[in-house]
Amino acid sequence: MIKKTVVRKNRYFDSVFLMQVARRIAAEPGIKDASALLCTEANKKVLVELGYGEAGGDTEFASAGPNDLVLALEGEKSAVMAVAADPETRLQRPASSSVGTAREPRSLAEAAALSPRSGVAVISVPGEYAARESRAALREGLNVFLFSSNVSVADEISLKTEARQKGLIVMGPDCGTAFIGGAGIGFANAVRRGPVGIVGSSGTGIQEFSCMVHRAGCGISHAIGTGSRDLSDAIGGISTMTAIDALEADRDTKVIVVISKPPGQGATARLRERLARSSRPVVLCLLGAHRPVEPEQAAGGLNEASTIDEAVSLALQAPGVNGATRRPLDPEAARVEAALQVSRMRQGQRYVRGLFAGGTLCYQAQGIFRDAGLLVHSNSPIPGMRELEDPRTSRESSLVDMGAEIFVEGRSHPMIDASYRRKRLEEEGNDTSVALIILDFILGAISSRDPAGDLAETIRAVREAARRRGDHLCVVASVCGTEEDAQGLAAQTKKLLEAGALVFPSAAEAAVFAREIALKLNRRKEAR
Amino acid sequence: MAMKFAELLVATPVFVNVGVREFGDSLREAGFEVVQVDWSPPAGGNAAMAALLDELL
Repeated sequence: MIKKTVVRKNRYFDSVFLMQVARRIAAEPGIKDASALLCTEANKKVLVELGYGEAGGDTEFASAGPNDLVLALEGEKSAVMAVAADPETRLQRPASSSVGTAREPRSLAEAAALSPRSGVAVISVPGEYAARESRAALREGLNVFLFSSNVSVADEISLKTEARQKGLIVMGPDCGTAFIGGAGIGFANAVRRGPVGIVGSSGTGIQEFSCMVHRAGCGISHAIGTGSRDLSDAIGGISTMTAIDALEADRDTKVIVVISKPPGQGATARLRERLARSSRPVVLCLLGAHRPVEPEQAAGGLNEASTIDEAVSLALQAPGVNGATRRPLDPEAARVEAALQVSRMRQGQRYVRGLFAGGTLCYQAQGIFRDAGLLVHSNSPIPGMRELEDPRTSRESSLVDMGAEIFVEGRSHPMIDASYRRKRLEEEGNDTSVALIILDFILGAISSRDPAGDLAETIRAVREAARRRGDHLCVVASVCGTEEDAQGLAAQTKKLLEAGALVFPSAAEAAVFAREIALKLNRRKEAR
Repeated sequence: MAMKFAELLVATPVFVNVGVREFGDSLREAGFEVVQVDWSPPAGGNAAMAALLDELL
């Protein structure tokens, strides 16, 4: 076995393509591990920690910079040398990709000139260049969908202010999904069009909500992502306001739903003031915020929900929305099933661990636990919860956002690349104090082609290992998707059921069931 | 051509994709028109130099 780096000077590739390259190389015979990365300082540091770079002796690697590509290879010498001898073959894009048709424009300005009917620039370049490209897009009169993160607050304010002045919008930075005029942008599910309009600062929140509306037989007019920070007091909801104005003016939108993580105080006040004078009925769903005193009381057409499921039910009841009503989880059946599960657990099994691909779904689960007075740890705690000292290590009961910055630096998001979540699932499953694990699976464009399959074998293995040591490990899952998504909702659900998971129709219901078990475990502990 | 956001909602959107190609590919597969920019970091990957050039030009 040897470790070797191969540097290609001045070769830029996006992170998703590089992950595919690394996977393909890792699957070659004789290769144990492979990474394909840009030589940023952070990536170089990680590779040195993994034993690459010959302790400074590899001068080509040592002098490589952020515009250079490095392949880090570990495996049998002959296999590693074969890749090193011909890296270019491995860096070719598959024929089905968009490359190789006509010559592609090299800049946004050139692209806009080439395609004068363009209305939206979709931008996913590394964070340090994102503001620059967004400015170029606004200059061309384009609306911006900005997937990139790591954009400064000052840049975000100036971009959004410029957009607002021009009648345009900046969706982002850190915007995961949108559905505009029937086009799903970014991580988007196959949902039908209909009367429900969405404004959301949270990507997986928008995805979960739109899938549930679709599954209830209804549809989405537009879903407008605003970026995770838009409703902070610093930004003040600039894009949220533009989005509400546009949906209010849209003939096809009969109800407006606003989904967000807990916003800033000032931004909340402005948002409520704006929504109260909306000409359309409005549902406001602030996940992780404290439950409103009277959750379903309509005040000037403004309804409030504390879970995505409640928001769906309220939206489907709005005038002009012809959706079937959802049948929520039967609380009595859930209690009976939870009691059955707990009766099979050993006394030492006490804790719940949530490993979320969807950050918003992690927030929502915390809110559901907090409503019953249960305190948990999290790396992105909502008010009242405890912050995990080290996000890489759970403590007692922990709900972890696996898409947080610390987990995705130098690698792809867990919705695309399951490898890190799989490793964490193994660790949690082997912890004998764990009683239950919560997982979410997000289908749709850009996501892994087989999210359930990525973890199914590990779910089976950790449950079986628990059984052998006399434990009963409960795995609770939810799938965010539709039958029309490429992965197929039914096929993904089946894989999880076959692996031994209990699958719920929504992330909120999975969390409610997990909470039921956590409460029973607490009572059992007190009774001893 | 500038297309205000409210107008965009009543039209069939046309896209320019800058960065991860899969974003453009999935829109194209869904039947939408997409122009892909062949992007690489400006000024040879030196962000500070790129900002300086932007100011000068």
